[in-house]
Amino acid sequence: MTSYGSYRQLRLAPQRGGVPKALAKDSPLWRIDWILLLAAAVLSLGSSLLVWSATRGRDSLTHGDPQYFLFRHLTNVMVGAVLCAVVIAIGSRRFRTVVPFLYAGVILLLMATLSPLGSTINGQHSWIQLGGGFSVQPAEFAKLAIVLSMALVMSDQVDAGEREFPANKAVFRALVWATLPMAIVMLMPDAGSVMVMAVIVLGILLASGAANRWVFGLILAGVGGCVAIWKLGVLSKYQIDRFAAFANPALDPSGVGYNTAQARIAIGSGGLTGKGLFHGTQTTGQFVPEQQTDFVFTVAGEELGFLGAMAIIVLLGVVLWRGCRIARQATDLYGTIVAAGVVAWFAFQGFENIGMCLGIMPVAGIPLPFVSYGGSSMFSTWVAIGLLQAVQSQRPIAA
Amino acid sequence: MSNIPETGRTRRVTIRLVVLQILVVSLLATLGGRLWYLQIRNASVYTAKATGNHIREVVEPAVRGEILDASGRILAGNETKLVVSVSRTSLLQQKDAGKAVLTRLADVLGMPAKDVQEKVRLCDAKTQQPCWNGSPYQPIPVTKEATTQQAMQIMERREDFPGVTAQPTAVRHYTGAEGANLAQVLGYLSPVTDDEVSKTADKAGLDRYLPADQIGRAGLESVYDRDLRGTAGITKLEVDNLGRVIGTADQAAPQTGNNLVTSIDAKVQKVVEDNLAQAMSDARKTFDKVTNRNYEADSGAAVVMDVHTGRIVAMASAPTYDPNLWQGGISGKDYQALTSKESNFPLLNRAIQGQSAPGSTFKVISTTAAVQAGYSLDGRYDCPKAMTIGGREFKNFESESFGAISLERALEVSCDTVFYGLAYDQWMKDGGIKPKKDPGDWFFKTAHQFGLGAKTGIDLPSEVPGRVPDRQWKQSFYDNNKDAWCKQAEKGGNSFSDQIARENCVDGYQMRAGDAVNFAIGQGDTLVTPVQMARIYSALANGGTFYRPTVAKAVISPGGDLVREIAPHEDGRLPGDQKLLGYIDQATAGVITSGTAAWKFTGAGWPQGKIELHAKTGTAEVEGKQTTSWLTTYSRDYAVVMTISQGGTGSGGSGDAIRRIYQSLYGVDDKGNIDQGKALLPKPQAELPKFNPDGTAIIKPASFDASAGPSGAVGPADSVGSVGPVAAASSVVPVGDPGVAGGSPRVFLDPDRPGGGTPVPGVSAAVAVEPTRSTTGRGRA
Repeated sequence: MTSYGSYRQLRLAPQRGGVPKALAKDSPLWRIDWILLLAAAVLSLGSSLLVWSATRGRDSLTHGDPQYFLFRHLTNVMVGAVLCAVVIAIGSRRFRTVVPFLYAGVILLLMATLSPLGSTINGQHSWIQLGGGFSVQPAEFAKLAIVLSMALVMSDQVDAGEREFPANKAVFRALVWATLPMAIVMLMPDAGSVMVMAVIVLGILLASGAANRWVFGLILAGVGGCVAIWKLGVLSKYQIDRFAAFANPALDPSGVGYNTAQARIAIGSGGLTGKGLFHGTQTTGQFVPEQQTDFVFTVAGEELGFLGAMAIIVLLGVVLWRGCRIARQATDLYGTIVAAGVVAWFAFQGFENIGMCLGIMPVAGIPLPFVSYGGSSMFSTWVAIGLLQAVQSQRPIAA
Repeated sequence: MSNIPETGRTRRVTIRLVVLQILVVSLLATLGGRLWYLQIRNASVYTAKATGNHIREVVEPAVRGEILDASGRILAGNETKLVVSVSRTSLLQQKDAGKAVLTRLADVLGMPAKDVQEKVRLCDAKTQQPCWNGSPYQPIPVTKEATTQQAMQIMERREDFPGVTAQPTAVRHYTGAEGANLAQVLGYLSPVTDDEVSKTADKAGLDRYLPADQIGRAGLESVYDRDLRGTAGITKLEVDNLGRVIGTADQAAPQTGNNLVTSIDAKVQKVVEDNLAQAMSDARKTFDKVTNRNYEADSGAAVVMDVHTGRIVAMASAPTYDPNLWQGGISGKDYQALTSKESNFPLLNRAIQGQSAPGSTFKVISTTAAVQAGYSLDGRYDCPKAMTIGGREFKNFESESFGAISLERALEVSCDTVFYGLAYDQWMKDGGIKPKKDPGDWFFKTAHQFGLGAKTGIDLPSEVPGRVPDRQWKQSFYDNNKDAWCKQAEKGGNSFSDQIARENCVDGYQMRAGDAVNFAIGQGDTLVTPVQMARIYSALANGGTFYRPTVAKAVISPGGDLVREIAPHEDGRLPGDQKLLGYIDQATAGVITSGTAAWKFTGAGWPQGKIELHAKTGTAEVEGKQTTSWLTTYSRDYAVVMTISQGGTGSGGSGDAIRRIYQSLYGVDDKGNIDQGKALLPKPQAELPKFNPDGTAIIKPASFDASAGPSGAVGPADSVGSVGPVAAASSVVPVGDPGVAGGSPRVFLDPDRPGGGTPVPGVSAAVAVEPTRSTTGRGRA
């Protein structure tokens, strides 16, 4: 029988300070996944051009400064990179100890959005204005909180060597931890984010080795919930049409149908090599709404063509491939769960966002990781990269 | 480092992670596939949609080319009007969508506010005219009749009239140069329909109709539309999602259309129009002894053709109308008036669309047919006062008898019985009522050789072919009407028409003796158009060459350069040799000097010795109507043909008018003196006009004013040369008039009857009026 080591037994890095520590042979610096970092960096920095192209003509948003969003986006990437570095420096094991505090903080933020502190954008009560043009979307951080809290709860006994798989009790507790932020986000209401969270939960259940009944139970619950909503007529015809408009834009020609039709025209007219950066007629003419955030992929499709759009999908694939590799190679279940949770998050959110632009998924207001403009999303995404790197760098050196 | 665990995974977790990886890969593959489908497979579809999305076209109409007469006078030109237009794009930026602006505008223009609003709204399935059917990005014209003062008010208070402009714009104008009306020849313009716009949307250049285009719908405007229209300037604007202009993708300036030089001479045209009108008004004052009332003279046409080229020098049709009614869109009331029965369809060009039996003007064809069939020109043929054919008596006009005469004399005096005899003889030779297998049919064959029963190919639209009632036509006519005849016959009535129906039901397809002999004198079911007769008499004048009639001579660029010349086109030759032509020449000259038209020509002072004219008169009878007057004439250079429906006899109805036309052409006064200085056009205009560098024609100062109305210009004489005119008048029938199309204008015969004037020696015979089909042709041999 395999012996399951406890993290408590692991040797900590020798106490050294500053630069020597960072450059030491066993420093995390030498162990991080450079391919993952490179892919994430190229996506984030490259997307600044797309955000710029989408916004430079939108005077009502940019206050007359065409580079407004370019600089803000780059700033977000920088802040995200710093957060990522901090997470790596903290290290996976030490970070594990602060998860409950993070969780509590996120829950407070989430509740604040429902209070008078929160503000409503596009019918969703999901923002907190910080003043100075900055605002926070706590739902993005809730995804992190779910990944970390579930990993913490489910890996505890396993990583301690007490069990081979998470106990039912632990799984149940983890689901409760996950449900709380989801319920608050649902009240906002931000169904798109809840959908992403549900997929994260599913990915975590899969990776944790929890009993099959939990996995299938969750899938059944999801399908059952959808059928119930459909059958009980909770949704009005308008809402159903709006949902189905991704497949048939004629159902909602002035609303979501218009968005998807214009998005498809933008992408389809890009052809193989695109119309050239800043030369997309759909983009310049502002035919695609929310183009710097939810529909940023259409800029790539129109101006950079199949090659550019495919590059985004491939880079996203590289991130996911490295994420899966990290999940496989993690030295403890906590690391595996964290990595798998992040993979599930990025995979589904990327698929939903790009699929919505391509007209194969219903429209939901969720950003494309690394690419969409938006601070909260960018920060949480880079923190997730930091978590992956931290898990990666804790494995033995070329053992 | 034994205290470091190898892995945090069990086998179950490993498998689960593989599942997760497969899911991830399949999601990404789905995206890639869909991306390929949109961007590579369907790229062209979406590219087209993207273009339609962001490109808006603004059309600047081209100035339409002018239509000029042979000397360069403008017949159809452009008038500068102050057009006030409104930009919808600007209106919609107003807080109240421009309502206040439109109200102020209506106030300045003195129009009801409602009218202005209706003109500016966009047409759609539910919105009927008035509305705008052009592009919403195009300035929409509110009025084309603004005064300078109104325009000033608008332009000085720009802030009160955002999006409103007042600028001079070219509008089609028919000048009526030298007083010529020419409505049916010039035609008219009207806006393109939505249907035409959408059908040609994927074409380019002249093939594409743009909204708000005006295109030629009739006459020269229609046939030469592609030459005249010019190319509209199209500015392709890039717009954003709100329709705001963000750039210019493409810009093409409008190109003015080419000018069209015609062979029409405006002064001659005026003379022809006036004389046709005068002849018709004279006819209405003339008493018709047959019907015991004055002639109705309901419609008429006249053609003057250059015999050496087939070019039309003048072409008139009555009744006529003011072509400027179409300017800026015809009103519903005017359109109704123009197309109503009361107005007798003035839009019809009766010179090419009016068809009627030619009467005795047909006899030149019969003479040629007789020679082709082998009868000698030197022979003498009996002209009794009447002939009995198939049990029926066919009489000459006023039962005159001339004894044995030559064919020449038979033409001069229009002796019907000579031609009856010849046609009957031929009919018998072809087997009579039981035709042999390959009948000669010389009379029908010759008519076809003269171009009857076929369009002349004139460069005007909707020409009608007329009809040669040969065996083939009789058969098809029988096939089409047999059921109706037999049904009527079954009822067993005893009226005249019942009797005809009974006979026709049995053997209406037969070519009967009566049909054959009636055809020989241009009666029965024969139909011809004035332009066909002008073409035939031109060939007689020029030595036997048929020319395709043309109105246009050349297309000239806006800068005055020749783009394309419309050269005369030969369409074969007359059957018959020079001897025959000389013979007919002599006979038709005899008509002027001693024949049926003499009382209107040499008898009215025409200097035949100096300017030789040739003529053949025709008086065709139409069942239920008064006689049709035909006069077909030619001189050395011109063929002049006139016909008047219900206008009396050939010479009586049209003789004076045609003589006066020749008087004006050659400068002859009523006493027969010739003043070449007063001649309008002693020779047809061969040269094209010269043009200034700016494209305007250089018009030679007129030597004298064209006061050549019915009174005629008179002056001291100077011999111009030998000429020989003939004139013809014809009844003109609207195309598609069931009464005609059915082929039953039962024309009974009648050669030329001098209409009440003193008969000149050698007037031919009037003949009994008989129903063609019933009795006339019943002769069973």
